[in-house]
Amino acid sequence: MSAYKKVNNKIAKRENNKSGYIFVAPFAIMFLVFILIPVLLAAVLSFTNYNAIEWPSWTGFLNYVTLITNDEIFMQHVLPNTVVYAVAVGIGGYILSFILAWALCNLSHLPRTIFALILYSPSMTVGVSMTVLWKVIFSGDQTGLLNSWLISLGVITDPIIWLTDARYLLPIVVIIGLWSSMGIGFLSMIAGILNADESLYEAAAIDGVKNRFQEMIYITIPQMKPQMLFAAVMAIVGAFQNGMISSLLTGNPSPGYAAQLLVNHIEDYGFLRYEMGYAAAVSVALLLIVQLFSKAANSLLTDKDEF
Amino acid sequence: MAYKGKRINPQKFERGQIKIMIILLPLIIFMALPLIFIANHAFKPMEELFAFPPTFFVRNATLENFTKLIKFSRTSGTPMSRYVFNSLLVTVLTVGLSLLFTTMTAFALSKIKFKGRNLLMQINQIALMFVSTAVLIPRFLVICKIGIIDTMWAHVLPLVAMPVALFLVKQFVDQVPDSLIEAAYMDGATDFQVYRKVIIPMIKPAIATAAILVFQQVWTNMETSNYYINDDSRKTLTFYMNSLVNVNNTVAGQGMAAAASLIMFLPNLILFIILQRSVMNTMANSGIK
Repeated sequence: MSAYKKVNNKIAKRENNKSGYIFVAPFAIMFLVFILIPVLLAAVLSFTNYNAIEWPSWTGFLNYVTLITNDEIFMQHVLPNTVVYAVAVGIGGYILSFILAWALCNLSHLPRTIFALILYSPSMTVGVSMTVLWKVIFSGDQTGLLNSWLISLGVITDPIIWLTDARYLLPIVVIIGLWSSMGIGFLSMIAGILNADESLYEAAAIDGVKNRFQEMIYITIPQMKPQMLFAAVMAIVGAFQNGMISSLLTGNPSPGYAAQLLVNHIEDYGFLRYEMGYAAAVSVALLLIVQLFSKAANSLLTDKDEF
Repeated sequence: MAYKGKRINPQKFERGQIKIMIILLPLIIFMALPLIFIANHAFKPMEELFAFPPTFFVRNATLENFTKLIKFSRTSGTPMSRYVFNSLLVTVLTVGLSLLFTTMTAFALSKIKFKGRNLLMQINQIALMFVSTAVLIPRFLVICKIGIIDTMWAHVLPLVAMPVALFLVKQFVDQVPDSLIEAAYMDGATDFQVYRKVIIPMIKPAIATAAILVFQQVWTNMETSNYYINDDSRKTLTFYMNSLVNVNNTVAGQGMAAAASLIMFLPNLILFIILQRSVMNTMANSGIK
């Protein structure tokens, strides 16, 4: 009897169980201090002039006005570069990882595992550790691997100075970005495709699905939306986060601002020129652009009609 | 002939797969080449690094670059072992704390009813695509303010809360049947005991996946060493590797840097191979709904 009462209490207590706060607190505090407050702080600082030494002075929308009307580097280089990079590496990489995942799922287990591991490996090299590799490959003199190959193939006669030539810089950064974009999102797509209910494929074949493309559109994709959304999150974050590739390869700012992305622009103003108010405005612009992508991905990939 | 359907995940090799393999192969080779190159470069002796025309594969493999890497750090003031220790400490602390906090929160958000949990979930959802480099500067200010600048905590704490990891783990906790938890409470278990004895054993795949996500963030992170730490003896291996590339941007330095890259890459690869089954399991069962 008493045991029964106790249980009853437990379940009733769980309607508004204070211990929930204790469990949530550590994560919530970290989230608050290192994510929420910095975001709010960026928003506030973006309305000020702040050089990291004197107390920030209020300037209203001046930073944003400057950003849109007066910052030639931003309008002519940074914004277009960021859009190109985000579309090529974010969206392009996303589509590529879906196609690759789908192709791999048409193979049997052993070759699929080996291929998946090879495709996934580059994503683990993100960041500095591979800078040296790219510097050797794209080295501007004859000792550069790519130059040496192209010369021996007769494609070019003189070595190309890849990393200081504005024409090649952004494509190189995009290629490196794509190369390392088959990360955990890519794995989640493979898992999603493999996990699809097999009986549905047979049913669809009876219902008149004619080929693999139709099968992919009508059966596979609707079933794996959660995995698609997860992959989208990873792709978008990756595309904006990895803007550091160019500053690692060529320094900041990159030659002729050819591969300058929003992230590099923030770094440039914040830590090289100490115009932190202005850098904060660029940060806010970046966060807004990411939210835009996030909204688009959410509305495309979440099922509104639950039944 | 009518279309048969269902050819996903075939059990054995069929002729139709050759077509796919032929299309995939060039791409696979392109993806693998840089990795093969770096692995070869790391073992090249001096004369092969200098060779003209440059070689791709190593001919006379040697450990010269690795020994030079260790010797070089001895002359530069801070021994390499210090950076290795820092990296290990920071990584273990970050992954450990992050997994502890994330699973606790996932448990509470999924199974304990309290006011404000929907709000917390919504905030986390918005933050899912949080790009931390965007708030490099305000984060710097916060780190200054709370006095952890130039300490190990500056490496660890900012990376502990990871919205995507929370989301994945929470979805796994959602799948733990309520009846099981009720039964545990019936036996007189406290919330903490339910968390430790019921939830944790059932969400192991998700924990492994979250571990990989957090590990990759912290292992390759260089911003902290660059901006939040001044004292060289508190910086991480990633920073040291990078300074190697910048200071020694000569052919001789290349060999060392390639060896360093390989050292940075291997832990990542090994961890993934150990945990890959769990990762695939998590992904198949959750994703983001």
